[in-house]
Amino acid sequence: MSQRAEQHPGATCRLVRLAETDRPGVTIFHGGEQLAALAGDTLLTALLCNGVALRRNEFDSDLRAGFCNMGACQDCWVVLEDGSRIRACTTEVWEGMRVCAPDGDL
Amino acid sequence: MSGDDLAVLIVGAGPAGTRAAETLVAHGVLPIVVDEGARSGGQIYRRPPEGFSRPAAALYGFEARKAQAVHAALDGLRERIDYRPNTLIWNIEGGVAQALGPAGIVRIGFNALVLATGAMDRVIPFPGWTLPGVFTMGGSQVALKAQGCAIGDPVVFMGTGPLLYLVAYQYAHAGARVAAVLDTSRAGQAIPALPGLLMGGRTFAKGLWYMTWPRLMGIPVRRGITPVAAEGESALEAVRYRDRRGREHRIACTGLGIGYSVKSEVQLAELAGCEMAFDSLAQQWLPQADEDGRALEGSVYLAGDGAGVAGADAAEVRGRLAALALLADRGIAIDRALQASLRAKLRRIMRFRNALERALPVPFHLARALPDETVICRCEAITAGDIRQGRALEPAEMNRAKAFTRVGMGRCQGRVCGPAAAQILAAARGCAVEEVGRLRGQAPVKPLVIRAGAEAAVEDRSRAASI
Repeated sequence: MSQRAEQHPGATCRLVRLAETDRPGVTIFHGGEQLAALAGDTLLTALLCNGVALRRNEFDSDLRAGFCNMGACQDCWVVLEDGSRIRACTTEVWEGMRVCAPDGDL
Repeated sequence: MSGDDLAVLIVGAGPAGTRAAETLVAHGVLPIVVDEGARSGGQIYRRPPEGFSRPAAALYGFEARKAQAVHAALDGLRERIDYRPNTLIWNIEGGVAQALGPAGIVRIGFNALVLATGAMDRVIPFPGWTLPGVFTMGGSQVALKAQGCAIGDPVVFMGTGPLLYLVAYQYAHAGARVAAVLDTSRAGQAIPALPGLLMGGRTFAKGLWYMTWPRLMGIPVRRGITPVAAEGESALEAVRYRDRRGREHRIACTGLGIGYSVKSEVQLAELAGCEMAFDSLAQQWLPQADEDGRALEGSVYLAGDGAGVAGADAAEVRGRLAALALLADRGIAIDRALQASLRAKLRRIMRFRNALERALPVPFHLARALPDETVICRCEAITAGDIRQGRALEPAEMNRAKAFTRVGMGRCQGRVCGPAAAQILAAARGCAVEEVGRLRGQAPVKPLVIRAGAEAAVEDRSRAASI
C-alpha cells in the first residue's frame, strides 16, 4: 500500500499499479514529455499511469481515457508523432515511442 | 469430402476456439486459428504479456486450473496448426476471410468456418459515462488481470451480472480500495430463479461466495439501485445513484466499472451468412444454430459466447461440439457417446445460465428513460434526444436512425451504443424493441489503418502487430 502511495501522489493518474511493478523500464513520450513506462504495458496503461486522459473526442472536445480496454469500443485511438494511428489498449509500448497529446492541459 | 480436403478456419482462441481446434486436430484436421489477442485464452482466460509473474491462482482465482488447461491445450497444438495471433478477421465473404495481422492484409481461403468470437460488456449509458475514469466491467478486469492495475482509487462497480461481483472480489483481493458495489437487480428477483440456479452446483456456490464476500469485507453492497450520473469536472470524481426508496447518494471515486452482463459479438456470423433472430432474454439479434452450433451445414459453425452468452465452461463444451458437428457433416467418424455427453452437459449449463439471467436481469428500461441530453453514442456524441427525434422517420428502424443521426456509424459500429439506441428508438415509437430491427453488420468489422506503404507494415512487424 505504501508503495502505491509513493508511485501515485494525489489523484492525477487514472490507473494505479497494484502488482507486476518489477518489469524493465521503457521510456515513451507524450506531447514531447518524457514518461516512464514498463515493458509489457499497453499504451493505455502507460499513459493512464502517468496522467488522466488519452485524447479529446472529436465531436465534443471532452477528454477520453478509453472504456472497454479490450479492443472493442475503439475509444482509445491516438496519433503518433509520425502520423500513424494506433489503438492504445491493444498496443504495447516500445522504447522511444512518441505519442501526440491532446490540446490543453491534462 | 474427406479430411484432406477440409480447410477449416477458426476465428477466436478463447475457450471455445481452443477446444474446437483441439478436437479437429485429434481427428487429423489441422485448422488455421486466427485470434485478435497476442496470446490465446480469450477475454475470460486472458494472459498477461510475457514477463509478468503473478501465478495463475492470483489471476484466475477458482478458475485457475481451467484457465491453465485451456492455455496448455492451445500451446500444445501450436506446432501442428496454423496459429495467427494479433490478427483481426475484418470481413468474410464467399469462402474468403480478410485478415489484418503482423504481415498486413492477408486473404485466407476456407471451406469450413468455426466462429468463436466471444462477447463484450453490455453497456447502458447514463449521464457522465464518457468521463475519463469510467470503464466497462470487463475493461476493469483486463486492467487488473493483464496489466496489474486498478482503474482508480477508490473504485466503485455498478451494473448487474456475475462480473459485477467477480471483478469487485478480484479488485479487493489485489489490494484495491473498493468503495461500493451497486447492483441494479434486487435480491428478490433471484427467488423464482432458484431451481435453475441450483442446477449450477459448484458454479452457483462460487457465485454466492462472490456475492457474499464484499459484505464480509465491509464493502457496501447496494441492490435495486438506479444509476443517476457519473460526475467530475473533466474526469470522474464521484458517482450518484438512487436507492430502492428513491433517495439519492453520492460516492467519491476515481474509477467506476460499469456493465450489465455481456453480449455476443455477432458481426462476423452475420457477414458469413448466418440467419439472425431476436433473442428476447438477451434483447439482442443472434446468429441461429442448432445445439451443436451448426449454422450452415457443412460450412459455418458457431461456438462460445459469440453464439449467445453461456459462459466459459459452456464455451469449452460448445467448441468441442461445433468441431464434432463439422467433422461428422464432412463424413469423418466421431465418438457419438462423447457427443451425447457433451450435449447433456451443455443443457445443464444452459438451464443454469437461463436462471442466472433471470436472477440478475438487465434493466433495459433504464435506457428508455434516459434524459434527452445523455450521450448514447460515445464515438460521435449522439444523444438520446437525437435518436428520439429520429422516430419521425419512416420506417423508424435502426439502420435508418443510423443514416440520419449517425448513431452506430462511429468507430465501434454500434457495439457499445446499439442496444441502448434500439431501446430508446423503440420506446419513442411505442413499439417492441425487435420491431426497430438491428444495425446491419458491415465490413470492416473494426477500424483498419490504411497504410500508405504496405511494405513498411510488413517490415516493421512489432508495430504492425499492434493493430
